Parts: sequence; C-alpha cells; structure tokens
Amino acid sequence: MHLILFLIFGAVCVAGAVNLLLQHHPIDSALSLVVVMGALAAEYLLLGAEFVAAVQVIVYAGAIMVLFVFVIMLLNAGEEARSGGSRIAWVIGVPGMLLGSILMAWVLLKHSGTGQVEVGSLPGSPQDIGWLLFHDFLLPFEVTSILVLIAIMGAVVLASHAQSAEKKEG
Amino acid sequence: MSVGLFILVSLVKIALVFFILLTAVAYTVWLERKVVGHMQNRWGPTRVGPFGLLQPAADGVKFLFKEDLTPPHVHKTLYIAAPMIAVMFALTSIAVIPFGNWVAIGDTIYTPLQITDVNIGLLVILGVTSLGVYGIALSGWSSNNKYSLLGGLRASAQMISYEISLGLSLVGVLILSGSFSLREIVQAQSGHFWGFIPKWNIFYGGQFVAFFVYLMAAYAETNRIPFDLPEAETELVAGYHTEYSAMKFAMFFMAEYANMVTVGCLATLLFLGGWSGPIFGPYILQVLLPVFWFVAKVFVFMFIYIWVRGTLPRFRYDQLMAFGWKFLLPVAIANVVITALIVALRS
Amino acid sequence: MVPLSYYLILSGILFACGVTGFLIKRNIITIFMSIELMLNGVNLSFVAFAAQWHALSGQIFVFFVMVVAAAEAAVGLAIIIAVYRTRETLNVDQVNLLKL
Repeated sequence: MHLILFLIFGAVCVAGAVNLLLQHHPIDSALSLVVVMGALAAEYLLLGAEFVAAVQVIVYAGAIMVLFVFVIMLLNAGEEARSGGSRIAWVIGVPGMLLGSILMAWVLLKHSGTGQVEVGSLPGSPQDIGWLLFHDFLLPFEVTSILVLIAIMGAVVLASHAQSAEKKEG
Repeated sequence: MSVGLFILVSLVKIALVFFILLTAVAYTVWLERKVVGHMQNRWGPTRVGPFGLLQPAADGVKFLFKEDLTPPHVHKTLYIAAPMIAVMFALTSIAVIPFGNWVAIGDTIYTPLQITDVNIGLLVILGVTSLGVYGIALSGWSSNNKYSLLGGLRASAQMISYEISLGLSLVGVLILSGSFSLREIVQAQSGHFWGFIPKWNIFYGGQFVAFFVYLMAAYAETNRIPFDLPEAETELVAGYHTEYSAMKFAMFFMAEYANMVTVGCLATLLFLGGWSGPIFGPYILQVLLPVFWFVAKVFVFMFIYIWVRGTLPRFRYDQLMAFGWKFLLPVAIANVVITALIVALRS
Repeated sequence: MVPLSYYLILSGILFACGVTGFLIKRNIITIFMSIELMLNGVNLSFVAFAAQWHALSGQIFVFFVMVVAAAEAAVGLAIIIAVYRTRETLNVDQVNLLKL
C-alpha cells in the first residue's frame, strides 16, 4: 500500500517536473511546479513528516509560488523564444543526462543496504520539531530570521530603487 | 470498527457535510440579501416562496440557464480551471472542522462528528487558504482584460498580506491549547470560571485582541467589505470575475461564501468555544445540542459579517495595504508576545 | 515498506530535471523555478534520510532550506524586476552588454 501510494505521488512529481521543462509559457511551468510541490507534500506525509508537509504547502506552494505567479503576471512574460545553438544540448546533453541518471539509479538499487522505510516511520509532530528548533537549533533559527529580515529589506530597496531611478531619468 | 464500515461511515459523513455546506452557502446569500435589505430600509427578496426562502433555488436555476460564453484570446485552460480551483479549495477546509462530540450509533459505530481529525488540522486550513489565492490570481490573468488583471493582482496581494496576520492571530490560541488539532483546541475551552462564564478563549484566555485581529484579517481574506476593492463594481468593472458568466461566476460566488462559512466555523472553534453550551436531555438531544450551539455561534459570526457589510464604506487600496502591514501585523505580533509571556510566567 | 533507494531515486530525478531546466531554458523566471525544483529534490532526500535514521534534525534542516529558498526567491525576483525595467526583456540571451 505504501509502495502504491509512493509510486502514484512519485509519478505525479516526475510528470510535473518534466512538464515544467516542456512548457513554453512560464505560467504553465509555474503551475506544474505547484503540482510537484503538492505531490512532494504528500510524499512527506507518507514518511510521517506532517509538520514539514504542512509547511511545504503553506510556505512553498502557497507563498513562494504565488510570488512567482505574481511576477509572471506583473511582467507580462510571454511565450519563451526559441534560442539557437542548442543542437549540441539535444544530441549529447539530454541522452547523456538520461544515461547518467539510469547509471546512478542502477547503482543505488543494486548496492543499497540502506534498508526500508515504513509509512510514518518518524512522526515529526509540531511539538517535537518546535522543541528541537528552540533548544538544539536555536542559533541557526535566529540566524535565518536575520537572513529573512535582510531579504525583505533587500527586496523592498531593489523594487523601489528601480522606480526612483526611472523617475530621475524621466 | 472494521475497515469497510469505517469507509461507509466516512462516505456518509462527507456527503452529509457537503450537502449541508452547500445549502449553508446558498442560504448565507439569502441571509445577506435580507439583512442588508432591512438595514437599507427595504425588503430583501420576498416574492419567491415565503420570505423569499426559495430565492437561492431561483438563483441556481438562473445561473444554470445563462449563456456561458468564453471571450476570445483568453488562456483557455486557466480560464476554465480558475473558478474550479477557487471553489475546490474553498470547500476542502470543511473536512477537518468538528461539529460536535463523539457519537455512538447502535453497537458498532463510534465516530466523531467530523470528517477526519488530523493532528495538524489548523495547519491544513491555513494551507488550503493559502492555495485559494491561485483561483483569483489565475482568473484575473487569464481573462485577457486589463481590469481583470489589475483586480486579480490587487486581490491576491491583499490576500497574501492578510494571511500573515490571520496566522499570527491564531498563535495565541495555539499557545494556550498546546495542540494544532481543532478538537483538542475546543476541549481545552471546556468548563466554566467564576461559576457561570464559560472558559472560551475570548474571555478566559484573554484572546479578545486576537479575536478582533482575526475578524479583520478574515474580512480581508474573503474579500468582503470594507476590504472588497478588488471586486467592487464601481472601481474595476467587476475585478477578477469581469469576464465570467453563468456557472463559472456562480462558482466564484460559491467560493467566496464558502470561505466566509469556513472562517466563521474556525472563529467559533478557536475563540468562542466550539460546540460548548448547555446540554441536557436524552441521548439524541445530547448528540444534537452541541451541533445546534455550534451552528448558532457560526450564525452570529455571519450576522456580524453581513452587518459590517451593510454599514461600512470600502477602503482604498493603499489604505487597505497600509492597515494590514502597519497596524494589524504589529498588533498580532504583540498579542503573541504577551500571551507567551503570560503563559510562561504562569507555569 | 518502501526501500530508501526509491526515495533517493525520486529525489535524484527531480534534481536532474531542475539542472536540465536551468541549462536549457531561456526565460529567467523559468530558470529560477528550476532552482526551486532542485531545492525541493534535496528536501525530499533530507526527509527520507531523517525517517531512515530516526533523526528529527533532517526535518529541521528542511525547514531551514525552505526559509533560505523563500529569501532567495524574494530577492531574486526583485532583481529580475529591476533587470526587466532596464533591459525590457526576460530572455537571458539578450542581457549581454558585458559580452566582449
């Protein structure tokens, strides 16, 4: 049962990722990425990481991807132009990548003595994660909060600086 | 309970809850028209059925029979999918909302009055609310219309800004209850203090500031007056649902009112004590009375919603965003800090 | 009971798709989205290993990766908007003023 659910959500993940590569318009790529993130949240739930799954949906699929969709709508991004000089990429690159992936997958499957995982084998309840976050990982937590503050200030400055630069010229 | 019986009971619960939710959505529209009408010194709908009670049915028939046209040059897939996304995520949050206690039917069935009790129930509702922004953003963009695009951008920016204050206003309740599961949050509010005042979070937990922050953030999340600039008729034609007709427009309508009902249910569970109230009588009454108290509290919340709609003018967009970021967010953070201080000092 | 290597293969596939998208796409926003896809692939292997070794610190690290991805997306998109305002294009091939 675990295997069937894993394969279903894994297939949705891979289909979304491949669709991101194949679509021409960035909005279609953005929406396939949202589908990938939703399927990944389901995979995290299968592994028992319930808080991580919820945060993935709320933060990644519900805020970061909304930001991407926003910028695509704001800049009116059109269909992607075809670029020249990518013949080598298609002839050598993509088959090479496929070959490398198949090789790696074969090695992983053959030599994995790493064992099995069960459904929900590590229940990551919010209480446990909160305890760890505020006791063992307090310093990284505070540092990332400063990082987010810097990012907010940087984004506001970049967006407004461009506008004032326009006003100075015009 | 065996697996088959469990699945059967769950399917019956899902069907019942969805039927009740859709009827509640339809009759919230009727309630709004009646209440706003009386506030404006006129009758609301009175013709169709006694007191206009069949008006939602007439509206449904009208929406089904209207011409469903698709404007040229729209992004076809997203144009059709956006209202479905909006309505899907609006109806999903009802799955984790509890209406009453556990109930035993016969000898074999012992089930909670809730479709499923997840121990991260509150996070599920927040996540689904975050995903509901996509319906509005995509509908605004795919309509190939500058008013829709502006309305969609404004609506989604407003929704993601007020989501933060919404989430933070709930953190105070979480600190007091110690769990994300909605059932446990309600059970932490059981009992009375000083004899007769119930231990709801808004009184005993001191979360009245959080309740008002939640109220205002909820009005902004559901795009209701005074925060409904993105869909105001006099401003942007009709905002993000300008180009939609018939059933797709009805889906946006349903999504908005379903969001209102969900937000009302959440406020009752977290601040007003859920289904607690005087319970007496035989077993069937003991099962149904909590549901009655729950519905009564949600009804009071809906009435306040509609009351505010009939009374206040709408905010300008920059006033709206300034209010959300410069006033509501600091107040919500202050509430979290003070609640955490009090809980830490008490224990 | 799913072998851990299945999760690692799925994570590897997502990462490889992200790298491919980064290399073959010409629209800067799509390149950014491929970076997010790579980060998601890495998150999956963190959670899988955390489940296997029963160490919750794997899930904590996913938390930090998400925060960093959010900060990076915000600043990166602000830069993209600034570049668009001056260069009027989202095609990376045309942002080549420094080319010899």
